Amino acid sequence: MSTTDSTSEHHGEGVKRRDFLFIAAGGFGAVGAATVVWPLVDNLNPSADVLALSSIEVDISKVQVGQSIRVKWRGKPVFIRHRTDEEVAKAKAVDIKELKDPQTDADRTKPGHEAWLVMVGVCTHLGCIPLGEQGEFGGWFCPCHGSEYDTSGRIRKGPAPLNLEVPEYAFLNDTRVRIG
Amino acid sequence: MTSTRPFEPKNGFVKWFDRQLPLFSVMHGALVAYPTPKNLNYWWSFGSLAGLMLGVQIITGIILAMHYTPHTAMAFASVEHIMRDVNYGWLLRYVHANGASFFFIVVYIHIFRGLYYGSYKAPRELLWMLGLVIYLLMMATAFMGYVLPWGQMSFWGATVITNLFGAIPFVGEDIRTLLWGGFSVDNPTLNRFFSLHYLLPFVIAGVAILHIWALHIPGSNNPLGIDVKGPQDQIDFHPYHTAKDAFMVSLLLLIFFAVVCFAPNYMGHPDNYIQADPLVTPPHIVPEWYYLPFYAILRSIPDKLMGVVAMFAAILILFALPWLDKSKVRSGTFRPIFKQFFWVLVIDVIALGFVGANPPEGAWLIIGRVATAYYFFHFLILLPVLSRVEKTRPLPESISQAVLAKHA
Repeated sequence: MSTTDSTSEHHGEGVKRRDFLFIAAGGFGAVGAATVVWPLVDNLNPSADVLALSSIEVDISKVQVGQSIRVKWRGKPVFIRHRTDEEVAKAKAVDIKELKDPQTDADRTKPGHEAWLVMVGVCTHLGCIPLGEQGEFGGWFCPCHGSEYDTSGRIRKGPAPLNLEVPEYAFLNDTRVRIG
Repeated sequence: MTSTRPFEPKNGFVKWFDRQLPLFSVMHGALVAYPTPKNLNYWWSFGSLAGLMLGVQIITGIILAMHYTPHTAMAFASVEHIMRDVNYGWLLRYVHANGASFFFIVVYIHIFRGLYYGSYKAPRELLWMLGLVIYLLMMATAFMGYVLPWGQMSFWGATVITNLFGAIPFVGEDIRTLLWGGFSVDNPTLNRFFSLHYLLPFVIAGVAILHIWALHIPGSNNPLGIDVKGPQDQIDFHPYHTAKDAFMVSLLLLIFFAVVCFAPNYMGHPDNYIQADPLVTPPHIVPEWYYLPFYAILRSIPDKLMGVVAMFAAILILFALPWLDKSKVRSGTFRPIFKQFFWVLVIDVIALGFVGANPPEGAWLIIGRVATAYYFFHFLILLPVLSRVEKTRPLPESISQAVLAKHA
């Protein structure tokens, strides 16, 4: 009994000191390595000048009913469409239960500006730019893999999983929109 | 050198891999079981430190190249973009810029260690010459790197250095045009310098591998300069030198980051924060500190061609050193006269550095000429003569005997 005790004690003491040194040195090294790695990774994130360009203002006073414009925002096209009454009516008439990504037309527009549709013009399938006023739903048609969107930019047919993304935006007044 | 500890992996994957490609056993032989003389002092850590600095330069350099634009109209602004906009860009750039200086500090200490302990002598002449090749590549790489920020010093430094080649008789003008890709330092020059600045570090890494390979054939020299007689004179690289080198790495990083964080522009020149202007030369053109001794030699000779020849000769002469110094005794410890002149050479090179930093007039010109003359005297006359006439002190019988005697 006393023999095992003294052996384990002796053994425990010897291991303790070494273990402490190894863990202290290893821990210190790990923290050091992490502080080295973080700047090497974080510099690949968007830089301050890229972030500064992350919101834009657009003048929409010249866009007539039935016309669309495309603006570049964060390197991607944003479609701004001044929809016809017929298109709005058609979008509102859809039963959202039959949609793949259920959203009402009101979810995708701003109150008081229902004629205006603002969305990122990038197909949610693999990133191509859909063509306007095409396809069997009168909305957008993606030439890459045949996804079709309706007049509210909702996915109706084809491989894309989601509706065209509505970015964060606000009407500053009736003729100016800020995107981002 | 055969390893004292055979490589016996336990892991099944390592065994399988190593049987088909002996990568693990080669690394084991080079970094774990590599037998080193047991009396190596801290000056022998500077090879590892140089390797570390090369790694730091390559990693930060690859990342900086992701944010930099090699065009005369955009280069300067892109460097400021790195400093202000890119996340941690200031850190990466200051580490890279000061890393070049620290790489040279480490390499200069490494070279002078070799000079003192006779590490250039047989059977290590090729090892020494490969080291000099790395040094020349470093000079070229650092020079082209300094051009990239496209500041005033970048531009005029590039102009002066490329004009050196214009001094070559007959073909000088053509070589200069070839370097420039035009009729002066301009966008084509910047583009090719960027390309080569990216390429050469990998060439350095390749030559460094040859350098280590050539080291591991005869094994390391040691402070006594005598050959290893058997296993009693040696210890394994790991854990003894890995631990010793790790301590030196900590010390180097401590000093390095003190400079990076508190005096990042101390070794730079303020004029390089002014965008390059091909129509105005700054009043004082000074190269980076690590070129100053050679710059001093260039200016101390009042003839364009001979100045350039002397400058290149000052480096090339080191390739002949193993045959200029014929002394059979390697270590300066046992060469009483050589030892004193070694320190004269150190002071001489530092003096040349100060001369290079100051305008070539008055006393500086005279000091520069005397120091230049001594530099060549030291290698061409002193060492060959000294190695014949010097009476060296008796060498110890073996490393282990000397080590034990010291601690008896």
